[in-house]
Amino acid sequence: MDAAVSRRLLFEMLRIRLVEETIADRYPEGEMRCPVHLSIGQEAVAVGVAASLAADDCLMSAHRAHAHYLAKGGDLTALLAELYGRATGCSSGRGGSMHLVDLDVNMLGSTPIVGSALPVAVGTAFGAWQQGRGGVTVVFVGEGATEQGVFAECLNFAALKRLALVFVCENNLYSVYSPLDVRQAPARDRAALATAHGIPTASGDGNDVEAVVAATLAATARARRGDGPTYLEFATYRWREHCGPNYDNDLGYRTEDEFETWRARCPVATYRDRLLASRVISTADVAHMEATITAEIEDAFAEARGAPFPPAGELLANVYAEALDS
Amino acid sequence: MSRILSYAAAVREAIDQSMARDPRVYVMGLGVTDPKGTFGTTLGLVERYGPRRVLDMPNAENAMTGIAIGSALVGMRPIMTHQRADFVLLALDQLINNAAKWHFMFGGRMRAPLVVRLVIGRGWGQGPQHSQSLQALFAHVPGLKVVMPTTPHDAKGMLVAAIEDDNTVIVLEDRWLHGVEGHVPEDLYRVPLGTAATLRPGRDATIVATGYLTLEAQAAAAELATEGIEAGVIDVRTLKPFDAEHVLAAVRETGRLVVADAGWRSLGFAAEVVARVAEDAHAHLKAAPRRVTCPDAPTPTTPALANAYYPRADEIAAAVRTQLGRRTARGRPATARPGVPLDLPDPHFRGPF
Repeated sequence: MDAAVSRRLLFEMLRIRLVEETIADRYPEGEMRCPVHLSIGQEAVAVGVAASLAADDCLMSAHRAHAHYLAKGGDLTALLAELYGRATGCSSGRGGSMHLVDLDVNMLGSTPIVGSALPVAVGTAFGAWQQGRGGVTVVFVGEGATEQGVFAECLNFAALKRLALVFVCENNLYSVYSPLDVRQAPARDRAALATAHGIPTASGDGNDVEAVVAATLAATARARRGDGPTYLEFATYRWREHCGPNYDNDLGYRTEDEFETWRARCPVATYRDRLLASRVISTADVAHMEATITAEIEDAFAEARGAPFPPAGELLANVYAEALDS
Repeated sequence: MSRILSYAAAVREAIDQSMARDPRVYVMGLGVTDPKGTFGTTLGLVERYGPRRVLDMPNAENAMTGIAIGSALVGMRPIMTHQRADFVLLALDQLINNAAKWHFMFGGRMRAPLVVRLVIGRGWGQGPQHSQSLQALFAHVPGLKVVMPTTPHDAKGMLVAAIEDDNTVIVLEDRWLHGVEGHVPEDLYRVPLGTAATLRPGRDATIVATGYLTLEAQAAAAELATEGIEAGVIDVRTLKPFDAEHVLAAVRETGRLVVADAGWRSLGFAAEVVARVAEDAHAHLKAAPRRVTCPDAPTPTTPALANAYYPRADEIAAAVRTQLGRRTARGRPATARPGVPLDLPDPHFRGPF
């Protein structure tokens, strides 16, 4: 892989990691008054997928969307302002952490009802199909969303119309505290559900950013050729609690051993070490990256917290869309 | 130029002219391209606009509603059509969690201009799952607009307005209205959403009605007129946003309110109208407001019970008489369709749906 691209991938993963850790550090202050589902541990999928997209490709996501939003180029200050409930937030404070949007980079939104954003994303690809224009839509889901009926409905329609779409499933093994084995039959093959609709699939190590890039580029190339959708599944792991800033292995729903096994496979550290070993970067480069990112984060937090809240008089704004002057 | 058209033909013309005017408009629904053409409302459209803009779809109401929303977010103007309103219950996540909130929850940055046509079945044993009047369910949700056009004129003008609206609009069509005929202008026109219409003035009482029951309300008012009672009839037309001022102005004149709505009684649209009048025109009331609705029960299939289930003109008239302290004489009950069996919309209807 081109060295500049490798450095960029590392930088983006490191940036997401440091943003999320800073959110976790500051969350107990009680000023970010909305649920947060942190992406720590899952950075490689977000960065690998987003790095494979063009600016006019669209992206949609679910409740754990910070990494997807940032990887697609979503504005950091607007994300933080959204968590702080400020008028300058990416959703003007009306959505919070679970409703992230940045139309400037075609991040079209995220929603937390499991599987709910799936058909909306299919619809953006369907809209492109009707308009006869290019561009690919990527939709992120967790493995839990594949349990919803709407998942099968979406596979069918995307295949029926050969839409320019990539389904990206992040399998992090848990739906809140519920492990896979209480939710899915042992023999259940999620990718085979896609295959059954004639949709090609690929699966890979979600903690290996270059593997994610390779799989995504193949999928988007298929979509751009007019060959229809692809289902990608990446194995990964969230480090912290389902929702909130803490570690929760003490609850007993998963083992410390399992957590340590995944932490040893940290997507950021393993890639950093690989690039160091192959001399693509130096330790000084890494330190420079961290300093750059840390400064950006400090500025973004200060600006977000300093921004005004929406005035109470705007409570009913945007319940209905007003007609645009056309 | 105005001609006599059926309600179904007026709906079809609204879609046709909207599609001709705006290439973003498309139609999607189970059976919209089939030989029956959704009770005639989509006949001929696929021949004229092609399969990219007029599509049948999988039996997947939830995903297809989300797909319509997604296409709307990127600039299309979908019209989703359900031959029975009951099927849209499969899509409540998409309608209530997404369509109704997308504009609000992303701070006004996106719009979901979606039209969802729901046909409410009635008669010939449609039964518990083919005849639900679900308007109150949707009208409860902020972010959705809900309309029930009654006349062919409004069916066309309000559907055109709904298609051009930048919000998700639920359009409920009583199946029994599809065959009703009336004057419909040939040109494209709009009837603004959010406006009620006075169909008949009256100084003694105000009957507020939705959908098909507006015809029953008019029959009731005609019957009452023969008794010297002048009851006005207001067609609500848009349930959300509700034109409360129109109703309040009339009730302030008459002091009597009867609301006729084929939804269920408890927590229904009729209750909302009564509540608004109680809050804002209480001092003008001369009698307790009354609701004429379906009872709190699913629709039974057998005509023996369905005939007792649906309110008709005689119940509306009786409610007005009660408010005026008059007795209701025994006799042949008044209905909007004298001489037609109670489970048929018109004498020519032979089922099955």
